Amino acid sequence: MVDILGGIAKALQLIVTGDPMLYGIVYRSILFSGAAIVLAALWGTPIAMLLSLKNFRGKTIIKGFFNSLIGIPTVVLGLVLFLIFSNGGPLGFLGLLYTPAAIILGEAILVTPVLISIMVNAIEAVDPDIFTLAKTLGASESQALLAVLKEALNGVLLSNLASFNRAIAELGVALLVGGNIAGLTDVLTTAISRYTARGELDFAIALGIILMVLVFLINMAVILARKAKWVITIWRTPQ
Amino acid sequence: MKIWQKLLLTATLATIILIAGTLIYFLYFAKRRLIISTTTSLYDTGLLDTLEKDYETKHPDVDVNIISAGTGIAIQHAKNGDADLILIHSPSMEKAFLEEGYGVNRKIVAYNFFTIVGPSNDPAGITGKNATEALKRIVAYGESLADQSGQTKVWVSRGDNSGTHSKEQALWKAAGYNYTLISAEPWYASTGSGIGDTLNVANQKAAYTLADIGTYLKFYVDGIISLQALITEEPSLLNVYSAIAVKPTVPANQSLHEQINFKDAMDFIQYLVSDETQQFITNYGKADYGQSLFYGAVQPLRSNTPELIVSWIKSAAFFNGSECPPQYRNGY
Repeated sequence: MVDILGGIAKALQLIVTGDPMLYGIVYRSILFSGAAIVLAALWGTPIAMLLSLKNFRGKTIIKGFFNSLIGIPTVVLGLVLFLIFSNGGPLGFLGLLYTPAAIILGEAILVTPVLISIMVNAIEAVDPDIFTLAKTLGASESQALLAVLKEALNGVLLSNLASFNRAIAELGVALLVGGNIAGLTDVLTTAISRYTARGELDFAIALGIILMVLVFLINMAVILARKAKWVITIWRTPQ
Repeated sequence: MKIWQKLLLTATLATIILIAGTLIYFLYFAKRRLIISTTTSLYDTGLLDTLEKDYETKHPDVDVNIISAGTGIAIQHAKNGDADLILIHSPSMEKAFLEEGYGVNRKIVAYNFFTIVGPSNDPAGITGKNATEALKRIVAYGESLADQSGQTKVWVSRGDNSGTHSKEQALWKAAGYNYTLISAEPWYASTGSGIGDTLNVANQKAAYTLADIGTYLKFYVDGIISLQALITEEPSLLNVYSAIAVKPTVPANQSLHEQINFKDAMDFIQYLVSDETQQFITNYGKADYGQSLFYGAVQPLRSNTPELIVSWIKSAAFFNGSECPPQYRNGY
């Protein structure tokens, strides 16, 4: 049988001694997911703003589309992106397959629906009068939009944290478009799968513990972001 | 300009910078990439890792990237132009791959034996039998089970179109079974994953499975599984590993980035077949597992010793009496 306790002990030893290979994987995981969230936030925020504040035909359908994509199986998205990024695929000429950029783009696409849906809900929950009021008070449209975004700050933070959570915990995209190349494109989840397949369970357990701790911390942050009014207080310093 | 337009513009710019940066980095700043798509057994035993480090020490300007997948997907990678070199172990698939014009310069680099592993009490009674007889007994045992609901599994298959899976299908065929029918039996399980996972499943279910000896020994000696190797070394269980360079003219190569790295792929094959590496392959894991996980195939083929095994290799993995017929050689 597998020696679980012994495995955990060795795993903790690896974590405490700061094994460079282990922390390389942790570093890449945070870096790729972080970059993916930055990208997703950059293109997701304006879409969420449009969807929540503007009225146009087909808005409900688009919202429903993003909502239904929240649960897209990562491995399906990974397969689609693999076919697109493959040298034989439509974007093969870019040479992105098996590079960190492929993982970042893939995870950004993966979390975009999560980010947009949560943000739309958050912005819609803000009193719609704020937007009009800000404009009446002489704010430009951009300033008015910013005012609404600040009101919805909790939800905006939540959307980013939840997206990060989804990105760092997913396996399919990173595995299929990253190739799980040691030292280049392996992240926490893909490395766990590799070390388990290789029977190097200490390493797999150590990575699993780190991943769980990260996910736990992120979720704690999500809960705090939901509750903490102080974040907004700090943000809205007197002008 | 409105704020959302600014954000969208920034997003577009960021995406372009990310893609362009990657492109430029790998074209001008990174070391030359040699992408090797390999069967899982060579990777999961750690052999290829060790060879990679050694090769990179000797060739500091090359970055060897190993994608461990299985023979089926390795061939697909090569056909798409996503790999420069493949290391696989399915002679029939290799032959088709060469004939379709995707690969050149095949070299047989190593061999070992598959083994049929199973629970130590061997309920089907296959110990001491040959592979064909063993499979018949496993089928008989599976059919004799009271529980035909699919809960009890007797045989666990990779089911992933890998070299091991292709060998398993050949064994069923040799034993006179229709693979499609056998794989639909309630006692037959298919994991669709690598050999490590498959061994774990077989171990959990106390079932039989086909494994390469290297991965099996690693898992057994490390105490991860308790399955016993019940049938080993016989001609039908021979497992021959080959390296094939992907043709630099593989379609889908009219692109911006670096093309198939044929030069380094050939150099890596030369490295694999060198006396030093061959010796290393044969000695790999001996100290830890009490026996070789792989045997270098180059020296035996050259000197025709041991004669028996060489004749097995030739009948299993030679095409038209050669490891690589002349029309599939390209300047080497």
